[in-house]
Amino acid sequence: MFVNTLIAKRHLLANKKQTLVAMLGVTFGIAMFILMISFMVGVNQFMEDTMLSSTPDIHIYNDIKTDYALSITGDYYKDKNAVIVVHHPKPKQVTLNIKNAAGIINNLRQDPDIAYVSPLLSTQVFYNYGPVQINGYINGVNILDEAKIFDLASKMTQGVPQNLLSADKGIIMGRGLADKLNLNMGDMVTLTTPQGTTMSFRVVGLFAIGISTIDNTRSYVNLANVQQLMGQDRSYITDINLKLRTNKIARPKAIALGKKYSYKSDDWETANASVLAGNIVRDVLTYVVSITLLVVAGFGIYNIMNMTIQNKMKDIAILKAEGFAGKDIVQIFLSQSLFIGFFGAMMGEVLGFLLAYALSRVPFPHNDFIALKFFPVIFNPAHYIFGLAFGVVTPFIAGLMPSLKASRIDPVAILRG
Amino acid sequence: MSIALNAEKLNKHFKQPEDFHVLQDISFSVKKGEFVPIIGKSGSGKSTLLYLLSTLDTDYTGKITINDTLVTGKSQNDLARFRNQNIGFVFQFHFLLPEFTALENVMLPALRLGKHTRDEIETNAIAKLKQLQMDGFAQKLSGKLSGGQQQRVAIARALINDPAIIMADEPTGNLDSINTGLVFDIFKDLSHNKGITILTVTHDLDFAKGADRVIEMVDGRIV
Repeated sequence: MFVNTLIAKRHLLANKKQTLVAMLGVTFGIAMFILMISFMVGVNQFMEDTMLSSTPDIHIYNDIKTDYALSITGDYYKDKNAVIVVHHPKPKQVTLNIKNAAGIINNLRQDPDIAYVSPLLSTQVFYNYGPVQINGYINGVNILDEAKIFDLASKMTQGVPQNLLSADKGIIMGRGLADKLNLNMGDMVTLTTPQGTTMSFRVVGLFAIGISTIDNTRSYVNLANVQQLMGQDRSYITDINLKLRTNKIARPKAIALGKKYSYKSDDWETANASVLAGNIVRDVLTYVVSITLLVVAGFGIYNIMNMTIQNKMKDIAILKAEGFAGKDIVQIFLSQSLFIGFFGAMMGEVLGFLLAYALSRVPFPHNDFIALKFFPVIFNPAHYIFGLAFGVVTPFIAGLMPSLKASRIDPVAILRG
Repeated sequence: MSIALNAEKLNKHFKQPEDFHVLQDISFSVKKGEFVPIIGKSGSGKSTLLYLLSTLDTDYTGKITINDTLVTGKSQNDLARFRNQNIGFVFQFHFLLPEFTALENVMLPALRLGKHTRDEIETNAIAKLKQLQMDGFAQKLSGKLSGGQQQRVAIARALINDPAIIMADEPTGNLDSINTGLVFDIFKDLSHNKGITILTVTHDLDFAKGADRVIEMVDGRIV
């Protein structure tokens, strides 16, 4: 065993350049794998973070029903054989609020899976800018609850969420919207509801989440102000946003809550299916490219091992004559292949880490709506373990065939010349 | 004297390019400590016979017994171990491993056997090299040695595991007359003073003359 390793070592050292070239094949394969996976997972993480900063883990709301098939028309006609068809039924008067909101909220706050509960009253409004009206939304919230769910404090470009509590009729506005309305901190803005009521607010904060459809349309005000604007009572809310202790259980929890309260209950994964699909595509891409690189490296090793064995035919014959068995020969050449793989992979991990680190220091092109200072890169030890394992398995497979071939060499044919 | 090697009714055919009966009913035995050259014209089957006896070639019929062990029918792994322990090889083209020093080349078979510690093997290997007056070149890469020097290192290597038999295939085929004489003297010394059986294929008749007994082959038969 020891002597086989010694021979393998000598073979590797005798042809340093060739050994190095074989190693570099693995090195680049692994380095690219590390770089790509660090970056792709970084991008995925960034997308997920952005997504979660605009989507609650679970969103409970009163969805508009379109199924009004139940009709009392049949009772009117009293004819059992008549087929009653009501064409294009539509609701006459529907309030989209959550009934018994206070009870539900209390109940949710008791739930051990749920970290934060934020009741919400959302309505469409027009922001008046001189004669121009800009379409948008306001969310009436208890700002402290809402800030906890979306980490608003870190998204504020000016002011703090608490300003809403101290100001009478304050408004925290999306930055894109404020730019359109030419508003700055302390300016007044007048809102009009679709029902025609108007109310003025003073800008006490600006936020930028990084999603333009939100930053260009949404504002936060106190819950009571919206209830007042809409002429509703203090218990009138339309949505409840939840943050769970872990968002992995969001889907079953959402289903359970939907059943329990019989309101529509969406989890973040369902609400952002397209973003998650993008994550899967990026993951697959990373693995496909990395495996391709490693397979190419594997072929490189296969070639070099074949060449080495071709050059060492005489040596193999003499070793066999001296009493080295077939399995010794396999060991000698396979261990060379594994050595190339292991050290190539180690160098690849270092190179990959350096490249990934370098990328993580490259400034991201400046953009008001993207909250990225540098390219998103994640450093996860699991990637490095996987890379190393892959860097050893590939050369093992690539080296196995040439090694077995070497072990089957007939020494007589070579020694006789 | 006891028998070192016994061959019984060895027959071998070459199938390619056409069937050729290269060894025909060969039976003979060699005593311990005998120095026996095998001579014959090329194509007479002398090398083929040697490789059969060396256990490297297992494609034959008949029986070969070495050191009272029947080697016919053993598995390749068993044969490798058997060779390692009992047979030393010397070839025409030296066949040292070029990446290793002379000393390491000598040590390798013993390291493979693994009976002794590395230090013991090293001491032993230096002793063997000294015996062949090659101890001054121990640390040289074997590729840097001359033909005669390489052949002496190869003989030292053949001796490292104290084999009962040394088999040599044209050991002087590539050497000048001075080195040929040297190798001859070494072989003679080994067989007469150390009791090692030496079986060597050669077509150097001078080399054969001084031996105990000569096996001459013609057309696959011993005459």
